[in-house]
Amino acid sequence: MPTMPLSGQYIHLFASVVLLLSFAMLAQRRIRTLIDLFALQGAALVCSTTIVAWTGDQPHLYYSAALTLLLKVIVLPLILYRLIDRLQLRWDTETGLHIPATMLIGLVLVVFAFGLAQPVSRLAGHVTQSTLGIAIAVVMLAFLMMITRRKAVTQVIGFLAMENGLFFAATSTTYGMPMVVELGIALDVLVGVLILGIFFFQIREQFDSLDLHHLERLREE
Amino acid sequence: MNAAAVLTQLFAVIVAVAAAPLFLGWVNVCRAWLQNRRAPPLAQPYRTIGKLLHKEAVLAHDVSPLFRFAPYAIFGSMATAAAIIPALGLDLPFARAADAIALVGLFATARVFAALAAMDTGTAFGTLGARREMMLGFLAEPALLMVFFTASLIAGSTELPVIAGTHQSHTLAVHPSLAFAAIAFLMVLLAENARIPVDNPSTHLELTMIHEAMVLEYSARHLALIEWAAALKLFNYACMGFALFLPWGVAVDLASPPVLAGALAVLAAKLLLAGAALALIETVNAKIRIFRAPEFLAFAFMLAVLGLLVRLLVQE
Repeated sequence: MPTMPLSGQYIHLFASVVLLLSFAMLAQRRIRTLIDLFALQGAALVCSTTIVAWTGDQPHLYYSAALTLLLKVIVLPLILYRLIDRLQLRWDTETGLHIPATMLIGLVLVVFAFGLAQPVSRLAGHVTQSTLGIAIAVVMLAFLMMITRRKAVTQVIGFLAMENGLFFAATSTTYGMPMVVELGIALDVLVGVLILGIFFFQIREQFDSLDLHHLERLREE
Repeated sequence: MNAAAVLTQLFAVIVAVAAAPLFLGWVNVCRAWLQNRRAPPLAQPYRTIGKLLHKEAVLAHDVSPLFRFAPYAIFGSMATAAAIIPALGLDLPFARAADAIALVGLFATARVFAALAAMDTGTAFGTLGARREMMLGFLAEPALLMVFFTASLIAGSTELPVIAGTHQSHTLAVHPSLAFAAIAFLMVLLAENARIPVDNPSTHLELTMIHEAMVLEYSARHLALIEWAAALKLFNYACMGFALFLPWGVAVDLASPPVLAGALAVLAAKLLLAGAALALIETVNAKIRIFRAPEFLAFAFMLAVLGLLVRLLVQE
């Protein structure tokens, strides 16, 4: 039994929670619960970032944790809630693939991500080294969610979850990105969601539905 | 193997067999309380079994001997499982004979006999129940195995007493993989014991039933044995959960009476809490559609594998 400091154990715990929430999002049919899960994932991310900041003595990570809290736990879920209220999306989201099958594919992706991260994480020296695999897995699961879901709103949540994974990877491998980059990404995500929100209304006006399959054919009009 | 060890082993099995209906009764009482119903007496399962034992057994005309034999086989495998699971003490001589994988095999044996007996009568309900049971079984089994593997990876052995002993001797450490495995185990427990999100234990003659559909043709002592075996299965699963995830308080050596009494008291306390928790889970959840049950179990399997993977990753 390797003796690991308690903070390391907690980082692993929150990393596992982030991974678990990715799977929960993959399996979730209801759009409101999906947004709640996304907010929860953000919260788990905030916790793990704070612990990393505290253990590694990296004060700038506190700022990025606060930024994550503000943006991903509070602002973005609120925006998404307002969006689905105004779009009157209440019903279950459709999935392109059977959910157990999606989860099995997700498991394969996790194995792949863990294998991929192993040689890299061996180079890292600190306590967060093994979380890189989890971060890559989160990114891939978000990819999978964007591929299997048809509705536009769910795809946006998948996109945001992917950003969560990237942020997690940055924190776990290099103690976070420079503050300027992080602020830039945060603003990008915010603006992206706002623009996509406008897109939703346009898509629905054109096709009377938010199913993105309608966008696959070219129409000459 | 000395006489004292054999006696303690025998004692452990007798405690399990005798206490199993009581645990079931406790779960039912808690459920009734939570649902604002008047609770049945705590000893109701004993009364049901006693009543059934006094009745005359009625068999369909064209059943094979397998139909008569199946209840004994089911009860026998559950009692054997109770001997393997370290509920009271860790030094049970029988527990070393079979590991967790053999335990899963024992449960599978019971399931196969139940399904075969259900199909033996040739009624539509029996066959339907048997097919559903096998569908759930083949999904729950890998999940259960994965839970065992996760715990074995941490303990370095697939034997339940060793796993329980290792976890017991550790200082309190945060094991995310074990937490995943615990949730997966809970889901398997609910599915395997015909509990509410998957099957409703209190329905008779409903189209959605699984376990009850299989045992519809049984009566009297056969039915009593099957009901008793079902209670014992729930008890076994609860004790398995304690051995894997809450091993504290299990006696290492059962030789002296005070230690034995202490282990019994701890087990009773754990069962009290577990029964209340189980009733709570059953009350706050709605029964899922049968076609959603594979999804439920796939999630359990996924959780268990995830626990295993996280364990492997963190260990690096």
